[in-house]
Amino acid sequence: MAARTATAPGAPTTRLGKAGLEIDDRLVVAGPLRRTLNKVFPDHWSFLLGEIALYCFIILLLSGTYLTFFYQASMTEVTYDGSYDPLRGIDMSIAYASTLDLSFDVRGGLFMRQLHHWAALMFVAAIVVHLLRIFFTGAFRRPRESNWLIGVVILILALLEGFSGYSLPDDLLSGTGLRIMSAIILAIPVVGTWVHWAVFGGDYIGELIIGRLYIAHVLLIPAILLALIAVHLLILVKQKHTQFPGPGRTEHNVVGNRLFPTFAGKATGLLFVVFGACAALGGLVQINPVWLWGPYNPAQVSAASQPDWYIMWLDGSSRLFPAWDINLPGDYTIPALFWPTAVLPGIVFTLLLFYPMIERKLTGDTASHHLLQRPRDVPVRTSLGMMSIAFYVVLLISGGNDVVADKFDISLNAMTWAGRIGMVLLPPIVYVITYRICLGLQQHDREVLEHGIETGVIRRLPHGEFIEVHQPIGPVDAHGHGQLAYGGAPVPKKMNQVGAARRAVRGFFSPVEEPTAVEIEQRAEGRGLSAGESERELTSSGRPSEGGRPSDGGRPQDPRD
Amino acid sequence: MSTRDTRPGSTGGDETPGPLHGGPDDDYTPEQLAAMRREELDLLGARYDGVEILHVDPGPEPGSAMERRAVRQVGLTFTLAGVSAFLFLVVYVGSGWFLPEWSWTEEGTVWSALFTPMLGLFMGLSLVLVGAGLVLYTKKLLPHETAVQDKHDGSHFDRVTTGATLVGGYHNSGLPRRKLITRSLGFMGAGVGVMLLAPLGGLINNPSRGNTLGQTAWAEGVRLLRDDGSPVRPGDQEPGSLETVFPAVPGGNRMTDAPTMLIRLRPEQIESLRPREGSEDYGYGDYVAYSKICTHAGCPVSLYEQETSRILCPCHQSMFDVTQGAKPVFGPATRSLPQLPITVDDEGFFVARSDYPEAVGPTYWNRERI
Repeated sequence: MAARTATAPGAPTTRLGKAGLEIDDRLVVAGPLRRTLNKVFPDHWSFLLGEIALYCFIILLLSGTYLTFFYQASMTEVTYDGSYDPLRGIDMSIAYASTLDLSFDVRGGLFMRQLHHWAALMFVAAIVVHLLRIFFTGAFRRPRESNWLIGVVILILALLEGFSGYSLPDDLLSGTGLRIMSAIILAIPVVGTWVHWAVFGGDYIGELIIGRLYIAHVLLIPAILLALIAVHLLILVKQKHTQFPGPGRTEHNVVGNRLFPTFAGKATGLLFVVFGACAALGGLVQINPVWLWGPYNPAQVSAASQPDWYIMWLDGSSRLFPAWDINLPGDYTIPALFWPTAVLPGIVFTLLLFYPMIERKLTGDTASHHLLQRPRDVPVRTSLGMMSIAFYVVLLISGGNDVVADKFDISLNAMTWAGRIGMVLLPPIVYVITYRICLGLQQHDREVLEHGIETGVIRRLPHGEFIEVHQPIGPVDAHGHGQLAYGGAPVPKKMNQVGAARRAVRGFFSPVEEPTAVEIEQRAEGRGLSAGESERELTSSGRPSEGGRPSDGGRPQDPRD
Repeated sequence: MSTRDTRPGSTGGDETPGPLHGGPDDDYTPEQLAAMRREELDLLGARYDGVEILHVDPGPEPGSAMERRAVRQVGLTFTLAGVSAFLFLVVYVGSGWFLPEWSWTEEGTVWSALFTPMLGLFMGLSLVLVGAGLVLYTKKLLPHETAVQDKHDGSHFDRVTTGATLVGGYHNSGLPRRKLITRSLGFMGAGVGVMLLAPLGGLINNPSRGNTLGQTAWAEGVRLLRDDGSPVRPGDQEPGSLETVFPAVPGGNRMTDAPTMLIRLRPEQIESLRPREGSEDYGYGDYVAYSKICTHAGCPVSLYEQETSRILCPCHQSMFDVTQGAKPVFGPATRSLPQLPITVDDEGFFVARSDYPEAVGPTYWNRERI
């Protein structure tokens, strides 16, 4: 075998090549590997948001595994005997005591715990921002509905994962959160008490819940998340990435960089930047100092008990919802708490999950789309999105309305009423405003396509009228109107964006390029005024209709505009 | 033919080459490929994967000032990342060895206060610099290529042939005809599925057993104790003050449904007192006792503003008016805080006259029935 291949033409001569041959002889991976390396990824900053979420997840797996070496999920009462003096001698659960030990007696343990917490906050934030990008650009449309569904489920699981995680230290703050969760479960009509008994193993708080939350937090939910993220990525690779419309980009291709080396280099770079940001936050910015809250005590609570940011909107909705118990015949009650904490998120996430299908039904657009839309071109969807964000932000602020009232010296009741009115009034207002902005932006794009770019050059016509010279960005008809149709891509609005300016010679303190070389390069590319000047001698066809100079470009035929 | 491989039916030993892969291997002989340059091979492979390289901006010219500067930048970034990683190690390993102790002390040392921030600073800096170096490298030194890859729709051929295989297999299994097997399969699937899920039934407990939801540890004659275990006498508290008390039973001060607020009313509060119907005599003198567990979501209602006689729950800002039988006056809570009937025993200490007459804590489906 070896003798035969060694004499064959093209046989590898380097050690690396030979090693590659040995591997491929056994696994036959050269073909799939080449296809992977050659895979083209489009380049846009907003396509990195999902990657940030992915990297946060990796960081969470790594840092979380570290934390499990020290944390003990037990509610057995012990007397604290660690190195944090203010709590020494106080009875607390082993869960809380081991969290204190992790923070005070493990070298770098506090750093890792804070890193994990920050990465969790970033994880959910990155998912939400990624989701907004997908939503506003229409990337969820056919054929990507399945990935949208998986993504929303990942978001919901991330919220559960976050809640189960910050409940684990069993400190006063997280215990209060757990107490509210217990009330929410109890509030479910008919089966509430049964569900509560199943989750907590009995009446609140019992001895089991921390251990159950722990296994959910470190095994169940992460395993499902991992599987869903893998499927999410596989579908992405299979369906290929969407791209914004632009030169050469169609529904049937992807324009960008190949995976290797450009995209891989940038993606790895981003991984390290995200990891570095989490590490810096974890060390420099204190988060959840559990030793200040103290152990959980059902008779105590600290003011400004807020959950992590991604649960806060539900805290806000609980605060805003009016005191409406529904009393049914037979002395049954549907508690008021049920609506803002179970029904509201139920409706929100159902709408979110099925939005692609709802939109498909309403618009009748069942075609496959691989080109993204600019938010302004789909004003209804954009306005719906902004409206939802407005609703969410009102709830989010209301989740901390006691802090706002305290810091700005506003009446708490006024804050609550502002939230109640705001959550009803603000969304429609935001809808209308967004809709108008979208139409305005659309109109401006059309205007530039028709009349050209404002050059800032003011000319005086023979009869005394002043006009601004417009530069058409494509061929014009006999009236000086542009003939380019809008293609769903950004329209240049400034002369510099169409190459009117020279490229700056690179170098900060001293030039690192030869200025003459740059000039020659510019001329070859037809960029800059120098390029135009050199052509002026050769042709006089700036405007075919007028035979004018190029700089006369968009001068209108009739002094209309 | 090799002598080692003589088993009948097993032809083609390791001397016989296997079948070629077909496709590109038929089109390009090893000789042809050997004659091509590496760049050509790269583009050829890309073309086979539906990728066309439209344009390559080769990046800075080797040896040019641009290249030297970019190399310096990337090199410096990676070096600083390494230095920062080294500093992290020095702080992490050296604290308590040749550097001051890192661990927390009550007096607080500067070094122990800076230990965690320094770990974050150096690890963060190091990793961000690694990332920055990689991005700089890709942006400034790698050739910039614009590649286009075709996107293919599903293949009709694949659909038809796969469908034929699937349907053929199903048909050959005879399942459409053999109804007994289909039905027994369905029955078996349901049974096995339920059987595998059944052990989850171990999670289910009957919440009505023992009536724990409707009962607390309070009972007739149970003393009201402070958190430290001391009993309370009338006159211990200033008028207008609030004290949290617990039942005098083992572990009473850790029970989740027992915390009770013992409030001594001021004279003007007593004048405007409008207790709930049926609980007019639950207080003792100028003392009233209410459950501390919010009827909304179960948080301890803790903030007592004695000027307005209001108790505020810090979780969702429900407000209860003490002079109106702890009726909710603002916020999401719907029910009054349950009132504990109290009196004084022979030794002059506060005791409960009975358990709470209604269930404490958040509302649930059948609360009224318990």
